[in-house]
Amino acid sequence: MTSTQPRTAGSTDPDAPPAGTTAKRLKSGHGDRGGSRVFRWVSTGAGVLILVILAAVAIFLVQRAWPAITADPEELASRISWFRADSLLGFVGPLVFGTLLAAALALLIATPIAIGIALFISHYAPRRLANALGYVVDLLAAIPSVVYGLWGGLVLSPLVTPVWQWLGDWFGWIPLFGGSVSPTGRVMMTVGVVLAVMILPIITAICREVFLQTPRLHEEAALALGATQWEMVRMAVLPFARSGIVSAAMLGMGRALGETMAVLMILSPGFAYSFQLLVAGKQQTIAANIAAQFPEANQTGVATLIATGLALFVITLAVNMAARAIVARRKDFSGAN
Amino acid sequence: MAQRIDVKDLNIFYGSFKAVADVNMTIEPRSVTAFIGPSGCGKSTFLRTLNRMHEVIPGARVEGTVAVEGVDLYGSEIDPVAVRRQVGMVFQRPNPFPTMSIAENVLAGIRLNNRKMSKSEGQDLVEQSLRGANLWNEVKDRLDRPGSGLSGGQQQRLCIARAIAVKPQVLLMDEPCSALDPISTLAIEDLIAELKSQYTIVIVTHNMQQAARVSEKTAFFNIAGTGQPGRLIEIDDTATMFSSPKEQATEDYISGRFG
Amino acid sequence: MTTTTAPKPAPEGSASLRELLQTNDAKRRRTDVTMRVLITAAFVLAMLPLLSLTYTVVSQGIGRLDGYFLMNSMRGVFGGMDAGGIYHAIVGTLQITLFAALISVPIGLLTAIYLVEYGGGKPLAKTVTFLVDVMTGIPSIVAGLFAYALFALLLGPGAKFGFIGSVALSVLMIPVVIRSSEEMLRLVPNELREASLALGVPRWLTILKVVLRTSVAGLTTGVMLAIARVIGETAPLLLTVGVIDSINFNLFEGRMMTLPVYVYRQYAQGLVPCSADDAACIPDINIQRAWAAALTLFLIVMLLNLIGRLVTRWFAPKIR
Repeated sequence: MTSTQPRTAGSTDPDAPPAGTTAKRLKSGHGDRGGSRVFRWVSTGAGVLILVILAAVAIFLVQRAWPAITADPEELASRISWFRADSLLGFVGPLVFGTLLAAALALLIATPIAIGIALFISHYAPRRLANALGYVVDLLAAIPSVVYGLWGGLVLSPLVTPVWQWLGDWFGWIPLFGGSVSPTGRVMMTVGVVLAVMILPIITAICREVFLQTPRLHEEAALALGATQWEMVRMAVLPFARSGIVSAAMLGMGRALGETMAVLMILSPGFAYSFQLLVAGKQQTIAANIAAQFPEANQTGVATLIATGLALFVITLAVNMAARAIVARRKDFSGAN
Repeated sequence: MAQRIDVKDLNIFYGSFKAVADVNMTIEPRSVTAFIGPSGCGKSTFLRTLNRMHEVIPGARVEGTVAVEGVDLYGSEIDPVAVRRQVGMVFQRPNPFPTMSIAENVLAGIRLNNRKMSKSEGQDLVEQSLRGANLWNEVKDRLDRPGSGLSGGQQQRLCIARAIAVKPQVLLMDEPCSALDPISTLAIEDLIAELKSQYTIVIVTHNMQQAARVSEKTAFFNIAGTGQPGRLIEIDDTATMFSSPKEQATEDYISGRFG
Repeated sequence: MTTTTAPKPAPEGSASLRELLQTNDAKRRRTDVTMRVLITAAFVLAMLPLLSLTYTVVSQGIGRLDGYFLMNSMRGVFGGMDAGGIYHAIVGTLQITLFAALISVPIGLLTAIYLVEYGGGKPLAKTVTFLVDVMTGIPSIVAGLFAYALFALLLGPGAKFGFIGSVALSVLMIPVVIRSSEEMLRLVPNELREASLALGVPRWLTILKVVLRTSVAGLTTGVMLAIARVIGETAPLLLTVGVIDSINFNLFEGRMMTLPVYVYRQYAQGLVPCSADDAACIPDINIQRAWAAALTLFLIVMLLNLIGRLVTRWFAPKIR
């Protein structure tokens, strides 16, 4: 290509540093001129823009939520029809609880299954099938959440109601399954199942990647000692992948925390600190609450909702950062690879 | 314990590709047999069929028999997992489990079968195996440290300790010194010389001096060309092989004329 | 070798060896088989809801998905009328997503170029990488709130039009574009850059003509997948763009309908109470429309994914 690319004006000689001095990752020399300089500035500017955007997200949310944060709770209660709490914290509390409960439930259901699927794809299925399955899993991650919500509300809810009824009849003595089981299936348990289905692909995809990275040497070492397939997985694959699994689960949880539509379309909401998973009208999540109330909310209402959104932002931030920290630590550990 | 291995008319395939053809040989108990030959001649592949490790690779299969004391390893009743317990293996690159301590690494194989081993029994076995691998004195103070902290040669001896802790009949070594420095190599060779009083040892090596130093018998494998299966050219006492081989190809290889 | 390992007593003759080599430990074997069954079962179990979902969306949606449905809006449609379509929603979705892509792709691509070509372990690059991680985790509804707050500040509260939705979507899209582009740019072998630089080609032309050209297929795929990801976003659009029944081509004024919001809206409206003598009234018309629109959305997303992968496949030889 160089023959068709004569040196451009304004970037005659010192522009391109000799290759020898830029052996590694081509650190940007400061000898850039003309086009190069502009280009470097523009792309650096884009990087800085990311910083600005994130700062803007935080600042604007705080700025918009400020009226609600500083307002007198009684004033909030008088101006907002759905505000039934004696303080903003008292309002956000149950929502945070509901959000965490939904995400934890989804995680509890999804993680073991995702590990199973990932192992199936990486170590049990025939090679050719495994590639196709990996592709299918990636594809599933792309299905819009509103479609999951539609399916959860119209297909799954009626389908699982008898199962929940049965659970309530026989295991009602466990607080989780206590209370009067809802006949519609629009309960936290159903939400948990749908969220689990939604985060399965992402957890599976990451686990599969990590499992496939297991050094062949370690697998063979286990097999040569007379390990069965499962024992090999337990000896070589799982210990190697442990932190990868944890961070995959955390990333899945991050997604479940922020999921709006599936919850909005399935759950019959309530504002209690309740662990009763099979009873309707007990819990609500932050995201679904915002989506439900925002379109009709007045000024004060919007400010309050944005304040709850801020809480959600902080929670997901914490979870995601914890996940990244685990990934980073893992890198240190397996430096050999 | 150490036992004779009889290989008859063995053909090894990867899918439809024939990797090794028509191997017949007898491996004597309590001795060291070395496999030499140019790269890609199938000696490692053949070694892996002696404990059915080749089955790990999808599409690999075998025709013919590999009999240990008259029992065909490929008989329909035979469990490959059990075969690998009886025929241990040490790999090219040392591969201790990175998440396990030195002691846990040694016990890794034994824990599979006998989970209720008492603590003292376990400690005894760790000491016994590490002594067997000439590693005890170097690591006895740090048994609970990760095995990956050892030097390459120590790691390889740890892998040998791990293999003999299971008390196999046969020990297969796939170029065990190729990733090691000369001093560590010497330590491993000394160890092989000691181990052969109890085990049937088969070692694949690229290093002809090593074959000459450690083995009683040497087998030479060769390949006619790319896409052709590897074949066993000849097997004889090591001394004979290196002084007066019967085949011209062997002499060419040993004298360094090719490969 | 003083205290040597004493191997277990030699099994006499081949009979005992045969026994040793036949499966010895039933318990271990059982565990192995059990785990194999469980792992396969986990896989099958997970496939059930996903198959059910795909099947229902297709079977329920196909009935109403026709030319009329695609070419008409919901204007003047009420009650259980056997009418109405998603034309206005398609217009909205395409415009909003297109603008989101127009915002996100340059920013994302340039940031990726900065990280790969210029960043090189500088504090700024590390910060940006970290922030991209953070941004990836922003819940979509928070992105919606942000876009709302931004435009409330600029134009006063209560503004709802398509472009706000584009901004919300680009907050979600930018980190996805950065991630995939970064990965693709890093795949370009350093030798290519060095070869070009050594021939005296300036840095920016090297990036433009060598690095970007080599990775163009991968970059396109990344963008397609990023679009596929945001095109189904509902919550931010619900907050920023609102709902409307008629066609609106103007991205900068007035509410717009979008496909995902349409699905939600129809679902939320639920069953229509029909009087017994009204034969033209279809009680579950809203649900039918919801499924048909969901199928449309589903097909668009799958198509984008498919095209994305095909681009890589068609242009694959150009990479490396």
